[in-house]
Amino acid sequence: MANEQIQYVTAPKVEDNRKKYCRFKKNGIKYIDYKDANFLLKFVNDQGKVLPRRLTGTSLKFQRKVAQAVKRARHIGLLPYVTDSLK
Amino acid sequence: MPKFASVLKQNGLINFIIFNKSMQQYETVIILTPLLSEEISKEVIAKFRNILTEGGAEIVHEDNWGLKKLAYPIEKKTTGFYHLTEFKAPGELISKLEIEYKRDERVMRFLTIRLDKHAIAYNEKKRSGAFNKKAETPKAEEVAQ
Repeated sequence: MANEQIQYVTAPKVEDNRKKYCRFKKNGIKYIDYKDANFLLKFVNDQGKVLPRRLTGTSLKFQRKVAQAVKRARHIGLLPYVTDSLK
Repeated sequence: MPKFASVLKQNGLINFIIFNKSMQQYETVIILTPLLSEEISKEVIAKFRNILTEGGAEIVHEDNWGLKKLAYPIEKKTTGFYHLTEFKAPGELISKLEIEYKRDERVMRFLTIRLDKHAIAYNEKKRSGAFNKKAETPKAEEVAQ
């Protein structure tokens, strides 16, 4: 009875074995359109900064392309350079 | 090589060579001031179209996005007329085109990029409409945030 409520000293690790993958490789996308701001929003945080690969799982090859596309989108005023409330 | 090129240029040969060998495909987006009337903006667009065609470019596609809100103010304006042109042109035309963009005060921003083969395929697919936002289908819920 007393054991029913177990208290952990450290927070138990929630096992999440889903491996990250590169969505571009997986879906066979070869070109990232800088004009598609809604799509690029998935790769920036709410300050408008490009998210690191370790969070999105994008492969290096496509991370470079994502970064290029985001920069182009910023230049033509589709994405902000700096902001606080993108999402 | 530079010397050789300059000799060619003098003879007008380099035009010939570039024109025949490498017609690259480009895409250019311009943002015009929102202060223009509909007619004048069309005029401006026609002006740049003329520059392109006179320079030996072949226009593949044009798209007018109309008045759009900017993500941040440019020249203290919060909106702008977007116009996109896709064209095949000899490389040396690009610098001429961009000089014209810089000279024209009605152009607030421009961006010209060379399209690689994937980009060309993507644009064609997008135009054919068979494509309804295919680029956005990859599982959105997987976004790390």
